[in-house]
Amino acid sequence: MQLTNRRKVVSNKEQSFAEKIYLPAIVKGMAITFSHLFKKAPTIDYPNKTRPMAPVYRGQHVLKRDENGAERCTACGMCAVACPAEAITMESGERKKGEEHLYREEKYATIYEINMLRCIFCGLCEEACPKEAIFLTDRLVDTDYERRDMVYGKDKLVEKIDQRIDVSKRQTPEVLEFKKIPGLRHNELYKKIK
Amino acid sequence: MLTFVIYKSILCVVVFGVSLGVAAYSTWWERKFAAFLQDRKGPSRAGPFGILQPLADGGKMFFKEEIIPNVSNKFLFVLGPSLFLLTALMTGVVIPWGKDLIIGGKAYPLQVTDINIGIIYVLGVTSVGVYGIMIGGWASNNKYSLLGAIRASSQMISYEIAMGLSIIALVITAGGTLSFREILEKQDAGISNVMYQPLGFLIFLICAFAETNRAPFDLSECETELIGGYNTEYSAFKLGAFMFAEYINMFISSAIMAGLYFGGYNFPFAHELYSAMGLQEGSVAISLIGFLVYFFKICLFISVFMWIRWTLPRFRYDQLMNLGWKVLIPLSLFNLVLTVVVEFFRGTIVF
Repeated sequence: MQLTNRRKVVSNKEQSFAEKIYLPAIVKGMAITFSHLFKKAPTIDYPNKTRPMAPVYRGQHVLKRDENGAERCTACGMCAVACPAEAITMESGERKKGEEHLYREEKYATIYEINMLRCIFCGLCEEACPKEAIFLTDRLVDTDYERRDMVYGKDKLVEKIDQRIDVSKRQTPEVLEFKKIPGLRHNELYKKIK
Repeated sequence: MLTFVIYKSILCVVVFGVSLGVAAYSTWWERKFAAFLQDRKGPSRAGPFGILQPLADGGKMFFKEEIIPNVSNKFLFVLGPSLFLLTALMTGVVIPWGKDLIIGGKAYPLQVTDINIGIIYVLGVTSVGVYGIMIGGWASNNKYSLLGAIRASSQMISYEIAMGLSIIALVITAGGTLSFREILEKQDAGISNVMYQPLGFLIFLICAFAETNRAPFDLSECETELIGGYNTEYSAFKLGAFMFAEYINMFISSAIMAGLYFGGYNFPFAHELYSAMGLQEGSVAISLIGFLVYFFKICLFISVFMWIRWTLPRFRYDQLMNLGWKVLIPLSLFNLVLTVVVEFFRGTIVF
């Protein structure tokens, strides 16, 4: 029974004269290499030029602030629950009087850490977040010498007030609409916690 | 007399400088050309198109640590690369780089010395170059180096025979002269020796690859089997000397091939071009154009060397010896007999 059509019968037949003197084969090979002389190199001249990124590239996370500059995150823990790599940890705290301009709701994250070595950049935290607080951006995570430096705290994650990070490519109206579907797992979980 | 000495020393220095410069830029072009053949871009960081790469490489060679193995014979260890580089540079003196410069009614040949046995001189000096490799490989006191040196020397000795025989055939067609200059003068404007000696040229080309230890005959320094062959133990400037000498050898053998078989500074319709440009025979411009044409041919041949290198895999050692002794030597003998018969019937040689 023949399983594939890739079978090849090996023959040890005598080489012909043309094969013996090698020259036709050499000329053929040289023609092949010569034809490559005129092909364009696919190289991207990296430090001078960079390859364009996909608009929905999932890179380093950002914790968004709202339009008044207050942190949106309420430390509900939905992202930590959703995270398949268990890269996210947080501790919540209560907002004090006079901190209304810093935190949007009464509860906020005193500590929020993402271990960038564990993170697989799947974007499930972003999908789970009910407050539109965490997003993946097109920034690349820098390398570092120490493992502990790869655990990013709020100092690196929360966007600066004067340097807002644009997430409109990932937070499209379709995404917002999608998140309102009541049957979604994060909505149910959120109701339970509430 | 004084002008003669000054003129010859200037010419020596220029030939020396040009050989070194071409060797340095061959390394750059080797990498660039390899990149083009492999759909890459090649060195591009040092200067525009990586044009300063040879300077960077040379600087690196100078500042690297100089290691001499303590079990080696130190005198011979230093002598090896020096001899190799010396003989490589010595071959350049018999090559006529262009037509005579005529300044103030006096002829200044663009050739350091016109010995009447120029071709034999080149063959002799290049075979002395084998001693450099042999001494270097042996003095390293390393088995890999020794094997590389043995391979290099046996390969060079084997291929010199076929090369010599193909040159004899060429000399017969060229009218029985061994002077480079006269052979080049005979190929005036158009009819170059390759038309009379196509088989001889092919044999010479293959032998030139073997003589310069280039791919596909680079098994004296092959990375996969012998680490680096005879230059395994060499570092810093002595390694640089070996590599430089190899590139100079490549340049010189390209010059010899372009000269003996492709007419050197002569080219088709040269006289028509000169008269169309209104140039007098023997003017400086003609020498300059001739030199540029010759240089262009040499560059083409160097590119062919590289083109072959990045196309063909390395021969096995027994294949190399079979090709040399069983194929090329009979073939060159056949070519010699054929040449003699043809020339006899053409009436150029009389018994």
